[in-house]
Amino acid sequence: MRDSRRTRLVLVVLLLVSLTLIALNGSSGPGHAIRSGASAVFGPVQRAAASAFRPIHDFFGGIGKDQQAQLNRLKQENDLLRLQERASQYATCRAGELNALMHLAGIGQYTIKPAQVIAVGPAQSFAWTAEIDSGAQDGLKVGMTVINGDGLVGKVEFVSTSTSVVLLAIDPEFKVGVRVESTLEVGAVSGEGTDPMTVQLLTGQELRQGDRLVTDFRPDSLFAGGVPVGTLTSVHGTVGSLGRSASVQAYVNFTALDLVGVIVDNPRTDPRDSVLPPKPTVTPGVVATPPGSSCGSPAVAATTATPTASATGTANPTPSTSHSP
Amino acid sequence: MRYGRIVMVALLLATAVVLQTVVLSRIPFPQATPDLVLLVVVALAMVQGPNSGAVIGFFGGLMVDVVPPADGAAGRWALVLCLVGWFAGRAGDAVEGSAFLPLLVVVGSAFASLVGYAAIGWLIGDVRVTSSPVLRAIPAAVLYDVLFSPFVVPLVMALAKRFEATTTYARTIR
Repeated sequence: MRDSRRTRLVLVVLLLVSLTLIALNGSSGPGHAIRSGASAVFGPVQRAAASAFRPIHDFFGGIGKDQQAQLNRLKQENDLLRLQERASQYATCRAGELNALMHLAGIGQYTIKPAQVIAVGPAQSFAWTAEIDSGAQDGLKVGMTVINGDGLVGKVEFVSTSTSVVLLAIDPEFKVGVRVESTLEVGAVSGEGTDPMTVQLLTGQELRQGDRLVTDFRPDSLFAGGVPVGTLTSVHGTVGSLGRSASVQAYVNFTALDLVGVIVDNPRTDPRDSVLPPKPTVTPGVVATPPGSSCGSPAVAATTATPTASATGTANPTPSTSHSP
Repeated sequence: MRYGRIVMVALLLATAVVLQTVVLSRIPFPQATPDLVLLVVVALAMVQGPNSGAVIGFFGGLMVDVVPPADGAAGRWALVLCLVGWFAGRAGDAVEGSAFLPLLVVVGSAFASLVGYAAIGWLIGDVRVTSSPVLRAIPAAVLYDVLFSPFVVPLVMALAKRFEATTTYARTIR
């Protein structure tokens, strides 16, 4: 009898504590403090576990065997792109109008911090988040853009000392301003979980399947502009109606995230800093190239040497568009 | 002995949370992820009774709530798993000695925990909780939990019983 009453008491107290925690949920409440503590304790453990269980993940991720090869290939590609970027910068300096256009856009370079995904939230919490192995000590801040070789991955949502949490672009809470590359239309993309992302467009101009979306450029925002998001797959609503929506096929494969980059330096704030050799730096235009948008989504390897030069040309106007209207 | 038991439970829960975030969630199971923490909570609760079950469920759930990359409201899984632990603890005596009945407890717990978690999300206006992912996740989660339980539940129960044996034996003697 005594035990049963005590049981009820314990249960009631714990339920009340849970409800209090839920009610107090907020960015500054005790929930935040608990979470900071949890990531301080569990972050290093998860990092260690992630490297220990690397083979399992690689097996399921399907990129295990040639990881080093992939890394080398990416490095080579990066060097090549940087070279091309310099060349194209030089070219733009000589081309009058284009030069002006480019400078309006603030041809800076993204400075990216490479990071490794070490943990992912369980699907039954219905949240699409990932933990990466760099944090405040690497200069990460909440709101920074996370990309990988294919395009937009998400944004930094929570930063701890050595780890941080990324809100993936397919999470229903994720929203980002975008532009349709061909028509310069402004819209907002939101994640839909396992369903394809949707984009809400403000005007009803004609949209075509396959139109590419890039993030909008905001000079005062930590979020970077010109990052490729995905292509339109199906357009809903009629031409001319106010506000149309469309499904978006993301460039990034969110179930096989591995190596990502955090844009720690927005082009506008410090454009020259990123030319430092050791850090992998990528320009807005160059970032737009890897999705292989000019040659279908998976064929990234095909866009190595010469094709990228022309692709850079097509992608470069992207950031500049944000200034033109 | 009591401290030993607490340490054992804490280590089991922490291991489950780390394995769940680092390994299981990254394997692309369709629609849901095997809920290792739930299995550990249920297994421990069935051995240790409703009182401990509720406490273990609460702390296990709290870990799921706050260990990165979780970003939901702290307390949601804590509330749900606290109740699950309590009910699993009550069912513990009835299923003792059976091989099949614990599986039923797992099915009930998996189903109830997801429904409960989605219900709280719906009540607090979580935009992530919409009918289609929830409805797709429930059968998948129940299936995965049942498939995983033969590897987890008997092991955890056996481990817990070793600690339980020493403690309850000492208590009955006294």
